[in-house]
Amino acid sequence: MRAKGYPERGWPSAQPEGLLLSAAGLPQGVRAAPPEAVPRTSRPMRPQACGDPAGTLCVERLSKEFGGVHAIEDVSFAIRPGTVHSIIGPNGAGKTTLLNLLTGVYAPSSGRIVFGERELTGAPPHEFAAAGIGRTFQNLQIFFNMSALENVMTGRHLRERCGLLAAMLHTPRLARAEHECRAKANELLRFLGLEDYAHSGADSMPYGALKRLEIARALAAEPQLLLLDEPAAGLNPTEALEIDGLIKRLAATGTTVVLVEHNMRLVMGVSDHILVLDYGRKLCEGTADEVRNDPRVIEAYLGATDAPEALHA
Amino acid sequence: MDSLARCEPNASSRFDALVARWRAPRTVGFVALALVVALLPLVMVNNYYYDIAILVALNAIVCVGLNLLIGYAGQISLGHAGFFALGAYGSALLASRYGWPPVVALAAATAGVGLVAYIVGRPILRLKGHYLAMATLGFGIIVSIVISTEDGWTGGPDGMPVPPLTLFGFVLQGERTWYWLAGGCLLLAVWIASNLIDSPIGRALRAVHTSEVAAEVAGIDSARHKLLVFVVSAVFAAVAGGLTAYYGGFITPAKASFLHSIELVTMVVFGGMASTLGAVVGAAVLTILPQFLTVLKEYEMVVFGALMMVTMIFFPRGIVPTLGRYLQRRRP
Repeated sequence: MRAKGYPERGWPSAQPEGLLLSAAGLPQGVRAAPPEAVPRTSRPMRPQACGDPAGTLCVERLSKEFGGVHAIEDVSFAIRPGTVHSIIGPNGAGKTTLLNLLTGVYAPSSGRIVFGERELTGAPPHEFAAAGIGRTFQNLQIFFNMSALENVMTGRHLRERCGLLAAMLHTPRLARAEHECRAKANELLRFLGLEDYAHSGADSMPYGALKRLEIARALAAEPQLLLLDEPAAGLNPTEALEIDGLIKRLAATGTTVVLVEHNMRLVMGVSDHILVLDYGRKLCEGTADEVRNDPRVIEAYLGATDAPEALHA
Repeated sequence: MDSLARCEPNASSRFDALVARWRAPRTVGFVALALVVALLPLVMVNNYYYDIAILVALNAIVCVGLNLLIGYAGQISLGHAGFFALGAYGSALLASRYGWPPVVALAAATAGVGLVAYIVGRPILRLKGHYLAMATLGFGIIVSIVISTEDGWTGGPDGMPVPPLTLFGFVLQGERTWYWLAGGCLLLAVWIASNLIDSPIGRALRAVHTSEVAAEVAGIDSARHKLLVFVVSAVFAAVAGGLTAYYGGFITPAKASFLHSIELVTMVVFGGMASTLGAVVGAAVLTILPQFLTVLKEYEMVVFGALMMVTMIFFPRGIVPTLGRYLQRRRP
């Protein structure tokens, strides 16, 4: 069932991964009872099990159905601040769906999402952003009608509020704020090695640069929690290594990073904690070593227990 | 993130920013437009030319506002003639029936139209694409029918007379006075629109246009911004409508018709979407061209339509953006 009072949201660009699943493939009998759909009474609601005030993202019995297909089913986990938390799983496991739920792009069918003390279940995406959650997209969602600099400046929207009248008259106060915003955006472009593209249109930038531009735009909002959806997909090994270094630098500044990625070398290298999804359900979670040696993970990835080296790659 | 995003703005970077701002295409466009408005009287030999120029300026004001909605925010409206007519009839009714000072009547009518746009926009801006087009079309038709049938108020299909515009006791009459008034209003409209586009709100609008989901994830309340620009564009139309009524001294329901809405959208697309100067050029060309084509008598509309088709084939992004790109490519 849908979260009360909030319309279903969904964009054609973000297809539910779960639709790739066949109902017959769902594992049976593991769980005792189907999760009770939890109707929400009001928001903000005082969290019960969740509610660590220190910037923890807490997900409680989260489920998402698409016309009877369980894309995400009864998933619970918590992400501690300042860690790098990876979400992995075979294709169609529901990783992107989970990310869409964690950013409000989809409203969950049931379950709760709490960030710090803030109940976000069913809230629209811009409220997730306002709470301090940023993200990038696997299929690039760049503002192609703007320059790279403007893309990053748009990312600072939450940090740069201005009234309609001030915008129309271009007041000196707004001019100063814009100047500062431009300086910070330039700084971020340098941070990601994109300074040469600052004034070129996003539509003329190469793919690898656009992937980094997505990250720059997300960072511009200075999020507490950054969700990266396959940042290394489609990149060559050198570029992937840059992403590796970038994630480590981000973690060092205290930003919590949630990484969805197929590149196991990257995942195993940077993650403090790994969550494995399979068929929309949580298979296991733990440190890189724990996950690497879990026979269920090996089975899910390879369909056999005799080829564990792939995860050690 | 503070450590890597700290920056001390210094004098030279401030100066660079100022230079960049002055050399930006938008500023160049504004200065060029101001020069055209200032110098045009040198070549206009009689009141007929002034009359056309005034109509161009008033249409351009609507188009500059509509372009914010269509070109920048990517939302369509086929009902802007409705806002135009509400501004015109609102000003006329308040001034003639209730004896309000015309300027006050214009301001009140404009505020009223803003409120109507807010009330209408809230539900219909949830719709996208063709569905939004249908809904705005419906709004325009309702306004048009109400104006035609409420003949006790509006004079019905015959139209109604409008008192002249007075400002501080002076009656504004004559083409030359109106030329400067309309030209000044147009420059003000272009200046406001350019500022808006170059602000955080403008970036939010352009973001909503390209990727609504990415805009939302960046913290932009897309519904609020769409509504905002819808109201702003309706206000632009209402001001132009009120001024047109005062200038003409007489208004008819033709200004509220579906055809007029289409004309306005065509001007925006023809001149070039997401280009404020393009909206002005589009309004100018599509207002002036029919005047020249009257010599063709019954073939007028055929040639007009053919010219439009040819232009859209060779200038698919509209006149100003296509020419701008061409000039940029020519420059080494």
